[in-house]
Amino acid sequence: MDQLYREYIIDHYKNPRNFGELEPHDAEFHDRNPVCGDEMGVHIRLNGDRIEDLRFHGQGCAISQASASIISDELKGKTVDEVAKLNRHFVIDEIGVDLSPTRLKCGLLALKVVQGALLGRMEWPDGTPDEEPTAEEAARLRAEV
Amino acid sequence: MEALTARAVLSVEEIRRDFPLLTREIEGRPVAYLDNAATSQKPAAVLEAMDTYYRRSNANIHRSIHQLAAEATEIYEGGRAKLARLVGGRPAETVFVRNATEAINLVRFSWGRANVEPGDVVLVTRMEHHSNLVPWQLLCEETGAMLEYVELDERGHLDLDTLDAQLAAGNVKLLAVAHVSNVLGTINPIAEITERAHDAGALVLVDGAQAVPQMPVNVAHLDVDFYALTGHKMFGPTGIGALWARRELLEEMPPFMGGGSMISAVEDEHSTWAQPPAKFEAGTPAIAEAAGLGAAADYLSDLGMHAVRAHEREITAYALERLAAIEGLRIFGPRDPGERGGLVSFALEGVHPHDIAEICNRDAVAIRAGHHCAQPLMRVLGVPATARASFSVYNTKDEVDRLVMALENAREVFGL
Repeated sequence: MDQLYREYIIDHYKNPRNFGELEPHDAEFHDRNPVCGDEMGVHIRLNGDRIEDLRFHGQGCAISQASASIISDELKGKTVDEVAKLNRHFVIDEIGVDLSPTRLKCGLLALKVVQGALLGRMEWPDGTPDEEPTAEEAARLRAEV
Repeated sequence: MEALTARAVLSVEEIRRDFPLLTREIEGRPVAYLDNAATSQKPAAVLEAMDTYYRRSNANIHRSIHQLAAEATEIYEGGRAKLARLVGGRPAETVFVRNATEAINLVRFSWGRANVEPGDVVLVTRMEHHSNLVPWQLLCEETGAMLEYVELDERGHLDLDTLDAQLAAGNVKLLAVAHVSNVLGTINPIAEITERAHDAGALVLVDGAQAVPQMPVNVAHLDVDFYALTGHKMFGPTGIGALWARRELLEEMPPFMGGGSMISAVEDEHSTWAQPPAKFEAGTPAIAEAAGLGAAADYLSDLGMHAVRAHEREITAYALERLAAIEGLRIFGPRDPGERGGLVSFALEGVHPHDIAEICNRDAVAIRAGHHCAQPLMRVLGVPATARASFSVYNTKDEVDRLVMALENAREVFGL
């Protein structure tokens, strides 16, 4: 069996869940991975401070598209505070495959745009190869998780 | 389209022994390095030239009287002479810079600011690398000039009819064009384009980063005004490249950066400038890299650029034929190997280029995936990215076969 391109990864890539537009929506964000040109946008509808529904849209490699699809159901029902605490471990646990440093950003792009939409956070979720969290940020994340 | 004036055939097996890295194995397999448009591997002669400079002759150049300084100066200027000889220019017209990007930015800051005015047009082509595009966007923003694109036909050639129409408007100051496209592989007809541009009163800057490593280039025959090249794609080290420019342009152009080496005399309030090329080489330059680049130019000269081109053409023709047989594979750029350089960009339906590159990497086949620093071109091709295999003198048909097998494997992994 392929260690990275497992059957369910390919399935999520070919048949992504929660993909498309969501109208109306309360929050949206769009970003790209400048290294490779992958792009991802998200529309989020809130109920109070909870994610009621969301849709991803964009184009990119199997890892970036499957990650969005796989985490999409898990994100529904989460509060804004809960989303703020999510990091790369959440994504890697959810997609169930290890990502090499060169593919980590592919996997994290979906979470990045969700955090961008709900928190206005511009930086990558922690642990991306060229954007390590600052000492302050890392301490905060550790305290929160 | 091109006359093969030399019938020399390269001995690839012998050439491979010149490149230490090619003995490298990744997880038990020799690496098939097919990313030469990004950077080339280095022959031992280049590494030795740099090493010998540091071990035997290290000193600063053009200053001290002692023996080591004289040797260092000779090594540095010798590198310049060897490079100039390879591209048909004179050493006095060959300015060392860090890379092709810096060569182009030198023209932007020096010639551009002194000559480009509001209402002027800078023409770029749709196939330019960001390095020959972004500097002109910035120049136009700061001078009030307009940036226009020469568009492409469906086979990836420049549309020369629209070029003529754009030139006919009469306000084009500069045409910036790649000699060989790093995405499409297209070899542009530089001499023909230059004649048309000159007739319209425009100067021509050619980005030769991809061309110099793989085909005969003669700046005098091409009759261009500026020619930018980089060392690391032509078997030389990183950190050095060159701008060749016509002597009278270099004499008129104001300095790029100020500092040591580029002056004639420094008064309290102002200075006078050294003759080109020193005028554009402020500060201690990359001396070891010049030694390495000189050795790289000699290495190419010894192989013979017609023989190099013949090899590139042959392996590219083979790759085009093998790749075209893969189901769902789309090739970008000209189909005639005589009209393209040694690279093939492609898309595989149902498999994103990053995933192609990842699966190739497992078989130790190194290719590039991405936008290749050519986002305006990606937009007209209608793809976010492509995969690209690019060839050099040491690549074999066997390595192309390994690429094809990896692509078949990628289709299998993705259930196609």
